[in-house]
Amino acid sequence: MLLRHTPKEVKERNALTVNPAKTCQPIGAMYAALGIHACLPHSHGSQGCCAYHRSTLTRHYKEPISAATSSFTEGASVFGGQANLLQAINNIFNVYEPEVIAVHTTCLSETIGDDLPQIRKKAINEGKIPEGKYVLGASTPSYAGSHVTGFSTMVKSMVEFSEKTGEKNGRVNIIPGWVEPCDMEEIKRMAELTGVKTIMFPDTSGVLNGPMTGEYKMFPDGGTTVAELKSTGDSIGTLALGEWCSAAAARELDKKCKVPCRVLDIPIGLAATDRFVDALRTIAGVSVADELAFERGQLVDMITDMHQYFFKKKVAVAGDPDQVIAMVEFLISIDMCPVYIVTGTPGKKFEKRIRELTDDLDYEVKIKVKGDLFLLHQWIKNEPVDLLICNSYGKYIAKDEDIPLLRWGFPILDRQGHQYFPTVGYKGGLRLLEKILNLLLDRKDRDAEESNFELVL
Amino acid sequence: MTIIREKMVQWDPVDIKAKLIAKYPPKVARKRAKQILINEALENETPEITANVRTIPGIITMRGCTYAGCKGVIMGPTRDIVNLVHGPIGCSFYAWLTRRNQTYAGPDDTPDNENFMNYCFSTDMQEQDIIFGGEKKLAAAIQEVYDLIHPKAIGVFATCPVGLIGDDIHTVAAQMKEKLGDCNVFAFSCEGYKGVSQSAGHHIANNQVFRHIVGENDVPKEGKFKINLLGEYNIGGDGFEIDRIFKKCGITNISTFSGNSSYDQFASAHQADLNAVMCHRSINYVADMLETKFGIPWVKVNFIGAHATAKSLRKIAAYFEDQELINRVEEVIAEEMPDIEAAAKDVGTRTAGKTAMLFVGGSRAHHYQELFKEMGMKTISAGYEFAHRDDYEGRQVIPNLKVDADSRNIEEIEVEPDESRYSPRKTPAEIEALAGSGVDLKKYDGMISEMDENTLIIDDLNQHEAEKLVELMKPDIFCAGIKEKYSIMKLGVPMKQLHSYDSGGPYAGFRGAINFYHEIDRLVGSRVFSYLKAPWQKNPELTAAYVWE
Repeated sequence: MLLRHTPKEVKERNALTVNPAKTCQPIGAMYAALGIHACLPHSHGSQGCCAYHRSTLTRHYKEPISAATSSFTEGASVFGGQANLLQAINNIFNVYEPEVIAVHTTCLSETIGDDLPQIRKKAINEGKIPEGKYVLGASTPSYAGSHVTGFSTMVKSMVEFSEKTGEKNGRVNIIPGWVEPCDMEEIKRMAELTGVKTIMFPDTSGVLNGPMTGEYKMFPDGGTTVAELKSTGDSIGTLALGEWCSAAAARELDKKCKVPCRVLDIPIGLAATDRFVDALRTIAGVSVADELAFERGQLVDMITDMHQYFFKKKVAVAGDPDQVIAMVEFLISIDMCPVYIVTGTPGKKFEKRIRELTDDLDYEVKIKVKGDLFLLHQWIKNEPVDLLICNSYGKYIAKDEDIPLLRWGFPILDRQGHQYFPTVGYKGGLRLLEKILNLLLDRKDRDAEESNFELVL
Repeated sequence: MTIIREKMVQWDPVDIKAKLIAKYPPKVARKRAKQILINEALENETPEITANVRTIPGIITMRGCTYAGCKGVIMGPTRDIVNLVHGPIGCSFYAWLTRRNQTYAGPDDTPDNENFMNYCFSTDMQEQDIIFGGEKKLAAAIQEVYDLIHPKAIGVFATCPVGLIGDDIHTVAAQMKEKLGDCNVFAFSCEGYKGVSQSAGHHIANNQVFRHIVGENDVPKEGKFKINLLGEYNIGGDGFEIDRIFKKCGITNISTFSGNSSYDQFASAHQADLNAVMCHRSINYVADMLETKFGIPWVKVNFIGAHATAKSLRKIAAYFEDQELINRVEEVIAEEMPDIEAAAKDVGTRTAGKTAMLFVGGSRAHHYQELFKEMGMKTISAGYEFAHRDDYEGRQVIPNLKVDADSRNIEEIEVEPDESRYSPRKTPAEIEALAGSGVDLKKYDGMISEMDENTLIIDDLNQHEAEKLVELMKPDIFCAGIKEKYSIMKLGVPMKQLHSYDSGGPYAGFRGAINFYHEIDRLVGSRVFSYLKAPWQKNPELTAAYVWE
């Protein structure tokens, strides 16, 4: 057994996390910053943080991830990292020539109390930031929240660019949350079909799912431009997808530029997508495009056609709050049973929301907020499930317990496609169902006796 | 071949070096110039390079941190020590199963089958722990690990904030060791900001393994020719292949530091009669300490490359001065070589004359040149990510190495001969005689002496220089780490990840060599890199009329 030391008996742990269902803030900040056009993320800490984040994102995307670091030494840790950051800013603008440097802190620089705004002011005063270039800063201490918090904080800091000219730009800001580049593309496509002009930020499409051309561009063509970020202050409104990843930025923009906002769920699954599309058409004052209605119909078609295979199947889900909320709603809507739900990210609102979604079900739903995969595994050992939905780390549980695994979330280190094929929207719903069905039906075929092995399923 | 020769004469290394640093601000350019060396054949001495110095802030480096070197590289591959990371969650998360070091613990129902490598343990420090201190939480976490799985040993790893807030992890470890009674608990002060790279973490891990585990088990280990293999991490099963060869030769490997290793192997390491050092950079401290305390000499070996493997086996056999072993090693080599020669001959028809660049590790950028050589390929530029001058120039420079602010912070432990167990395996006269017959103990010549004139040796290569280097010298293959992989691939140049190989392996030993030939053959000869331009990009004329059937 791969996880041979995981006992069935659950003992309460207060100090120890085993097999986490989260990681630390800075990697989220790095991912978000990659969604700004021509932006170099910068990790203000020791160089290992940056190396680890780049490695994890690289393994997830199979794409180059450029980011710089302040390379703290013991001296910098004692005397403060200001000199390192100033030197870094100067070197980065000279050597890599980005439009923006998006600095995020780490547990190291936060613990010693480095003051990013003050260091940035000094960089400006010393002429280290060239005309028309920007340094953005986000405070992302690793000892609070999770990678989700870091993402949210960096997106919120992007609001700093927004300007209110008094003249509306006729656009809707969409903050997509921590989704894949292809999901961002799909969200933009749905908006476009509905006739809504958007500014999406951050936008990693075209950045982290780039083509192979024989040319390396440190700053690919994709990403939200600074001009677009400035213009967000003149937008009609903001749709924030996901309370955890996107709401903070939307509310900040409301506060700063009086751009009204609505926080919706990430449009994963039928109902959440319906709400998103409904919001778009209401904003645009148009009917939903035939094309979208057609796609919705296809999704409902698949759900009804294959319902017998979904019905009453027990599922364990581990992931990040915004995604898990949408996924749980989707699973319930197709009569699957999400019985175990774990997120590593702290926050009481999550459990409340899941309870609301699962309140009237006739089976027990176990929820652990700030839980870990070790506990999830113990639950499974006590009462097995038919499907595990988790990032790649779930494969160790899946193999030991012989449960089909739907790889979903971050990071996915051992399969491909997540950056190319969306899971949001109606089309994304179809893809999720296809994947779930493949897993369940492959299992059915594998386990069938010769006498009841069937061609038609 | 003509094309290749053309490419060769195009290079002017002086010009390339100038272009690599042209874009830098003057201070950066000055510093980097000292770490870029054009190899020249000097009489009786090796040219000097600057290494093991700070990375420049803002320059996109390949390097990681001290914690990565300690927990990730050295301690990560040991299966039955719980690695408990004291810090915020990230450090433990990123080092979780990402290095491809394989291990074999045996089936579930065998005794001593512990394998914690698939687990990730962390104290997940929160803000209140940073403010009020994390010692209590650490002690509680150690207790919880113990209650949950009763391991025989727990290693505690410090992350950046731990050192800053002053948690005394060593005292907590000692107290818990005493409290638990049957569980060895020890700690590593491997905060990420220490030193200038992973290298400091290797040293810290070496010290603590030696201090807390080595020599703990005196139950005699059987074997006529007992060695330890130092600096081998069983990436992609490399160590399994080397162990297969040892077994075939009748050599007993007491302990590998640290691929496929267990606590007991470390604890018994003092019973070996020779230390065979693979990765000099990461483990030479243990080799030196084992010699001082127990009298076990060490010899540099390299099991990367079939000929290097044969040479290393002969070195080990010669050290033991046993004719039976010498004969057996020759038999094994004779048995293994025909397959390798056949593979090299076949692959060589496609790879000969091609060029490679290697930028990895503290030994790999040197060792893997052997494999490329066997395929008729030439290494035109190479360098280490975290090595010291001795890995480039040879151990003779060690007395001249300057101690700076960063290296001073890394503990050097004072080791003395063990009162009862010190026993020099060889007399000074025997050592001298061995040297005379070509078995130099405690000797490593480094990378530079094996590289051709006018090749470029670059320490701590960074993103900008890598891109320029590939553009200017157009190698047929580039080898570095995962972070570098896809920017090089985007340029249309095949890239082999040489830290964890990404996929594949083993590449060590005899069978590994054949695997590597095939892998490189696949990479440098594949058609998949020919699709970068679409047909309409190759023939963009718009005037031609479409020809219908």
